[in-house]
Amino acid sequence: MAEQYMNDPMQEVFIFETSQQLEQMEQSVIKTEALGSYPSETINEIFRIMHTIKSSAAMMLINNMSILAHTTEDMFYFIREEKPAVIDVSTLSDLVFEGIDFMKQELEKIKAGAEADGNPEILTDKIKEHLKQLKANNNLTDSQVINNEPVKEKYYISSNKAAKISEPKSYQAVLQFDEDCGMENIRAFTVLHNLQEITEAFRSTPEDVINDPDCVETIKRDGFILQINTPEPKEKLEAFFHSMAFIDQIEIVELDKTREIQEEICGLLSEDTISVPQSKEALTACLTNKEAVVNNGNQSQSMISVSVEKLDKLMNLVGEMVISEAMVTQNPDLKGLVLDNFSKSARQLKKITNELQDMVMSIRMVPLGPTFFKMNRIVRDISKKLGKEINLEILGEETEVDKNIIEQIGDPMMHIVRNSADHGIEAVETRIRQGKPRIGTITLEAKNAGGEVLIIIRDDGKGLSRDGILQKALENGLVGDEAANMTDTEVFNLIFLPGFSTKDAVTEFSGRGVGMDVVAKNIEAVGGNILVESVEGQGTTITLKIPLTLAIIEGMNIRVGESCYTLPIMSIKESFIPKAEEVFRDTDQNEMIMIRGKCYPIMRLKEHYKVKTGATAIEDGILIMLEGETKTTCLFADELLGEQQVVVKTLPRYIRRMKKIQGLAGCTLLGDGNISLILDVNGLIQKRLKN
Amino acid sequence: MAEAFDEFDELELEEDDETEEGKYLTFNLDNETYGLEITYVTEIIGIQKITEVPELPEYVKGIMSLRGQIIPVVDVRLRFSKPEREYDERTCVIVVEISDIMVGLIVDGVAEVVAIPEEEIVPHPDLNETDEQQFVRGIGKVGTAVKLILDCQKLLEDDEMENHNQEA
Repeated sequence: MAEQYMNDPMQEVFIFETSQQLEQMEQSVIKTEALGSYPSETINEIFRIMHTIKSSAAMMLINNMSILAHTTEDMFYFIREEKPAVIDVSTLSDLVFEGIDFMKQELEKIKAGAEADGNPEILTDKIKEHLKQLKANNNLTDSQVINNEPVKEKYYISSNKAAKISEPKSYQAVLQFDEDCGMENIRAFTVLHNLQEITEAFRSTPEDVINDPDCVETIKRDGFILQINTPEPKEKLEAFFHSMAFIDQIEIVELDKTREIQEEICGLLSEDTISVPQSKEALTACLTNKEAVVNNGNQSQSMISVSVEKLDKLMNLVGEMVISEAMVTQNPDLKGLVLDNFSKSARQLKKITNELQDMVMSIRMVPLGPTFFKMNRIVRDISKKLGKEINLEILGEETEVDKNIIEQIGDPMMHIVRNSADHGIEAVETRIRQGKPRIGTITLEAKNAGGEVLIIIRDDGKGLSRDGILQKALENGLVGDEAANMTDTEVFNLIFLPGFSTKDAVTEFSGRGVGMDVVAKNIEAVGGNILVESVEGQGTTITLKIPLTLAIIEGMNIRVGESCYTLPIMSIKESFIPKAEEVFRDTDQNEMIMIRGKCYPIMRLKEHYKVKTGATAIEDGILIMLEGETKTTCLFADELLGEQQVVVKTLPRYIRRMKKIQGLAGCTLLGDGNISLILDVNGLIQKRLKN
Repeated sequence: MAEAFDEFDELELEEDDETEEGKYLTFNLDNETYGLEITYVTEIIGIQKITEVPELPEYVKGIMSLRGQIIPVVDVRLRFSKPEREYDERTCVIVVEISDIMVGLIVDGVAEVVAIPEEEIVPHPDLNETDEQQFVRGIGKVGTAVKLILDCQKLLEDDEMENHNQEA
């Protein structure tokens, strides 16, 4: 069944919306659990979401999801209507989470083009069982409140309808819609449609709001006039109209000539000229419209969701444009010419290209919030399973990162948080014995720092044990005799080596020893890196440094022989032409230079990458001081070619598959159509240290 | 009706096969003529400026830009352990694409496109499963001439041997 919807826009929307709703639901349940009881908003929210998913899943012919949503909806319907006093919050949350997980799994299957074939029965049975128990606990076994209208839309004003009382009265109501709300006829139709819930006897001017093209103008000019016959009091009507969207002014007058109008209306009614069109299409059209208004308010009009694929394409195009712009403005044909007007226009073009590029980048930026909030669930599950008490604190969730990067760092972050919760935070008794607060805290923090984003995962658990790590590393043959002389940082970095795990017992959540090296790899893949700090007994801080974006960097082009390289401007501190006498060598023939009382190593690209051409004498070239993560070094090149924004392209797969070249971040096309290799400063420095 | 359609489909397919399969682009290196299955060949371009990429095997000359796309270039002479030769105006780059990997192959010059039916191709006498370095899949006969039919897949595989050596 699912195949026929492959790449169907409807299916895409379904997957997108459903996963968003599930996410939202998960967050509210987690929040609720902390409260210890279910507030009515949450119950309503879950009910509403389940209801939506039920209908949309049924529409997409995904029956298992629909069934599960229906069962869950039933349970919350009961809770909402009966307000049982005894609710086992924890079990209920577990059930809801299980349901969410199930649906997420099914969504994944659909995304992968497979059939959503999971069997919801075990879960639905559990939920039904829980519902039964709920009822038993609250002595409501015989409750008639069983939501047995699975598909029909519900209108919750209906209870008012039952309360019909006394003599009907007549009113005239004049409604003025908000001046700029637009589609007045649709709004009017929504009013009419909802009015049917209260009373059947009414008449509107203009009469036919859907098919009369002039009615928008009429309503704008005169207001929307309604004559209503109803037993409800005036206040109730007023309240009713107030509850509708986009209504600016309401004027309700009670009419004296009740009988007359009533007759007139009745006559009209019997003549079947009632102005509410009953055609199904019109109804659904209006309903969807109404829902959109109610659900999203005004925001829906200014938001639009775009597929990432299109954004990627746009990004590529802008990238090409940046290159072409450089090709035009730095065209070799123009060399040596004085072109005032051209330069002016070129500057203008450059400015616009830059703005356009910034804009596209900002479109692709998404806040880290959702990724952070996902961790709530992990912490909850682990603390529940292991009987620990952990509080997850989230700071700076509004920090924005490129969409592609977010996708890449979700898993590594999850690993680290899991590790902190599982291995870091101690059991309650241990914490109390050590005089620590009973509840452990894991802090997730994100902040901008220059061109990078720092994601800090801090816990106040037991910290890393230097001795423990060293012993383990020795056992696994990861370190040799040098162990005793290693700094703490070096020791802590051992945990990122493949096949390293200090936890002997493998738990459900972590400890298979495959975690951390994968984390390190993933972070490196997006051009970031990891720092570990830890104080034994006080906790661990893991910092992920992530570049803001992968796509475009400010680069400085340099030349070595015939080859061209690009350095990220961010890492350049200064550049200068050295004198031969300033340079000296140590006993291992490592070149160094003294600048303002500080000594820096010199690194020759020519030698490192075995470039056949280029300057050898130090005074023929230029030294560029590069600031890396941990060390600063001076790079020797022939000359600086100039600054340029470059679009980072990965090296072709054929080459990546062959070998990972340390110190190369990728390549880029220059203005003249040549290719330049982009250098990765940290990689270069590490490479130098290794040699 | 349905049967007729089926037959028609088959006919068309066969025609397609005829245009692509069994045709080889041939090029010369020294005295030998090699054949590449034409299905893999995207285009043939003259030699362009190549940017050297460090730390790669000698036969990978570097990368070049093909209308904005960056592709690696391999010198076939070096790949076949033949002596290097200056590039001249006859030097060509054959751009091939196999399972989404694009590579430019530098050859001394392309010769022609010939059709060699499968029955005219005899297997390489020494070919066995484990031989990693053997790029010649078979030997095709065109009249009296002999064309060495290359295994494109193998040509692009990195040699495991070399990698191990480097790591060790």
